[in-house]
Amino acid sequence: MRVWKFGDNIDTDAIIPGRFLTIYDPAELARHAFEGTRDEFRLNVQKGDVVVGGRNFGCGSSREHAPLSLKGAGVEVVIARSFARIFYRNAVNTGLLPIVCDQADLIADGSEIVIDLTNQVIIAGKGRLPIEPVPGFLNAIVEKGGLVEYARSLTEVPLCTESRR
Amino acid sequence: MGATIVEKIFSSRCGSPVRTGDVVMAPVDGAMIHDITGPLAIQKFYEMGGVRVFSPSKVIMLFDHQVPADSIEAAENQVFMRKFAAEQSIYNYDIHEGVCHQVTLEKGRVHPGDLVVGADSHTCMYGAVGAFATGIGSTDMGFVLKFGSLYFRVPESIRAEVTGEFQHRVGAKDLILMMAGKIGADGATYKAIEFTGETVGGMEMADRMTCTNMAIEMGAKAGIVPPDEVTWRYMAERGGAAPVPLASDPDATYAEKRTFEVSDLAPQVAIPHNVDQVVEVGKVAGTPVDQVFIGSCTNGRFEDLKSAAEVLGSLSFSDRVRVIVIPASRTEYLKALRAGLIEQFVTAGALVEAPCCGPCMGGAFGLLAPDEVSLSTSNRNFRGRQGSTAASVYLCSPATAAASAIRGEITDPREV
Repeated sequence: MRVWKFGDNIDTDAIIPGRFLTIYDPAELARHAFEGTRDEFRLNVQKGDVVVGGRNFGCGSSREHAPLSLKGAGVEVVIARSFARIFYRNAVNTGLLPIVCDQADLIADGSEIVIDLTNQVIIAGKGRLPIEPVPGFLNAIVEKGGLVEYARSLTEVPLCTESRR
Repeated sequence: MGATIVEKIFSSRCGSPVRTGDVVMAPVDGAMIHDITGPLAIQKFYEMGGVRVFSPSKVIMLFDHQVPADSIEAAENQVFMRKFAAEQSIYNYDIHEGVCHQVTLEKGRVHPGDLVVGADSHTCMYGAVGAFATGIGSTDMGFVLKFGSLYFRVPESIRAEVTGEFQHRVGAKDLILMMAGKIGADGATYKAIEFTGETVGGMEMADRMTCTNMAIEMGAKAGIVPPDEVTWRYMAERGGAAPVPLASDPDATYAEKRTFEVSDLAPQVAIPHNVDQVVEVGKVAGTPVDQVFIGSCTNGRFEDLKSAAEVLGSLSFSDRVRVIVIPASRTEYLKALRAGLIEQFVTAGALVEAPCCGPCMGGAFGLLAPDEVSLSTSNRNFRGRQGSTAASVYLCSPATAAASAIRGEITDPREV
């Protein structure tokens, strides 16, 4: 997987600017991903590429256009040291896998990495960087491929019975 | 062991005690959608097999980001939502009332102790009335529209005690910018910020809204002010229920307790391109500005406009500056109109626009060209937020915005 490396506090306005929010089609949104912030991304991104950020990736708006624009570009995984809360959840819900990796800063732009989900590790050059598992309650959604698919499998929701520490 | 107000709200909604860290599928008391995130939420609702929304009276719908429709696509999205509202018997405020968060509160749609979600990150503003309110994405909202509930992890709370009395022309916006600077853009991620202390207790609702609005700028899931006499009076004016006690227990467990003293606080400015890049106004005084925006869900209320007008007095805005004033709602607009503030702004050279998100949205109007500088009372100064990614946005209070618009450069409002 080829890496597109970004820094800390990559906000949703950078991922998809406000003037494109009337668009909901992922492929169309992908044509504007990181527009004005890093234009070579939308021009050169390939299916299977991976976006890597630093701290607080996806901060700002609740716009789901942000994960959708990355998905539309063929990106299936975003790695960051930490994620903003709403982006993290939107990513899981739309089937874009967010991976928390404390050592994401060690991954170089343009490098090739391998993500080994079984062993919870990213192989980047000679480095093996541990990753955090997706929290338990979100795993069911990840395994279904997104919240729509998860919701379709439900006829009713078990209110307030999922409580666990 | 005592509970925080957040734990109490989740426990109440669930009918059994829940604690920080618990993950619950909790029923919501309200769900807000607007013209940007609403169409996708409705699409997801249908994709999930949705037929009827969980409770039409709990769905709050309005358009504020691109109003009146500024493109054919925006117009089509609004038509799509109008059809959905009619089909589902949802009351739609449409383009008539103003910015979603202001309208939701002023119409009394959120009550102390409620659990509310909105498909907009600044939904956390509703915590000003003692509700737990958080922003969610469109797919989560589709789920809420269908099932009336959502997964929540009950968050830890940060207790922010605010003490002291503000200096003249220093206020809530300066406080929340100062807090963002100290806590950082991700310092409260996944947590709730509970605003307490004599200074918060002494604030009217407008200032409390300014504070809770920007909790998200520290990564927080919610901001909340425990309800007091000010809250219950605000609710009573909206036909709300009788007061009930709702506060954190003295022995509640907090992730962190912090104190913020405001007596010596100078006007604050967030400099490009992050909300936590905060300095005293003196550090950037003299910076020329091309556009000044007074408005938004953060600072578009009557009290904010009054504060700007008080600085303005009989002076005029600089010819070098485009001053855009946008009341946050029709109600606030009328208050300002009747108080003579609108005439004062227009006479001074401002453009006064109808209630909407305006330049804060960065897609409708009031966009910036490369190398232009905007000073704004809104909540985000991200690169490209108000137009070109080569433009700069500074954030400040209405008083600082007015002072700077008069001089044509960033100015300490205490010096005008």
